[in-house]
Amino acid sequence: MDFAGYDPARGRPGRGIVSAKIVVAGGFGVGKTTLVGAISEITPLTTEALMTAAGVGIDDPSKVPGKETTTVAMDFGRITMAQDLILYLFGTPGQTRFWFMWDEIIRGAVGAAVLVDTRRITDAFAPLDYFENRNLPYVVALNRFDGAPQYELEEVREALAISPQVPLVMTDARHRDSVKQVLVTVVEHAMLRLEAEHGRGFPTPVG
Amino acid sequence: MDQRRVDPRGALVRPYAVTRGRTEPRQDIALEAVLTASLTQVAESRFAGHDKHRIATVCEGRAQSLAEIAAYTRMPLGVARVLVADMVAESLLTLHTAAPAEGFEERMELLGRVLSGLRRL
Repeated sequence: MDFAGYDPARGRPGRGIVSAKIVVAGGFGVGKTTLVGAISEITPLTTEALMTAAGVGIDDPSKVPGKETTTVAMDFGRITMAQDLILYLFGTPGQTRFWFMWDEIIRGAVGAAVLVDTRRITDAFAPLDYFENRNLPYVVALNRFDGAPQYELEEVREALAISPQVPLVMTDARHRDSVKQVLVTVVEHAMLRLEAEHGRGFPTPVG
Repeated sequence: MDQRRVDPRGALVRPYAVTRGRTEPRQDIALEAVLTASLTQVAESRFAGHDKHRIATVCEGRAQSLAEIAAYTRMPLGVARVLVADMVAESLLTLHTAAPAEGFEERMELLGRVLSGLRRL
């Protein structure tokens, strides 16, 4: 890619390239990295954040100096949609003790997909609780594992007490077309939410 | 350019040593905010130290997010954020905009572009 046309004046904020992100959340081992890898143009990358172990759960860990550090890894992928538009997909760290990281990951996101494994459905309670208390549009995607119990979508909606406004879809996180459909549902839902809030005169949400 | 090479110094360097101990970036940069470096910026980054030069090299010719910079340079995210914010202030990197957070029309337009981009995949 050639940037010659974008920003001849160095140092000024570039206006050329816009990026957006969609968050893929869910419990440990639910298939988040598989889903990202099925559609990303790059092999999912891992970035690591260092956390003070004693600071886990504390808002500002820099106030807890000199303690052991621990590493929180998050996987992400990329879809370059146009020369000036990049979509990033960020997976959340699955272990519940790393949930403080989620607030940073969802900030500014278009929306989120919460991935659910029907073999361990109760693992979905905590991630769903998290998003119910955030102002971020999200959809729930049931990841169909081979040999896993097959439930009707409405059975799962009832079992997980998912609100009727939240889209619920079936997916196979290994397959690109299926993952694409999940992401399309996230963006469509985000647009509907934004329109509804705009129509009611609410300020537009910020992640 | 081999972006995946392993830093030969490995884990022997304490993570925030490269930022001289600073853990707060000069400006907050979103994980997905993209950065680019022109040839001139890459050349000038040689004088800004090994780590900043590595970052500029990663962003040469291809827009990279803060998260990608951290992954390719194998720096912890917080360390990369401090260095990238410095480099933006020093005009060694160009910061592009993350998704607009305000304005109904702007947000709808972006969502519409993302939606059609996904459908085209």
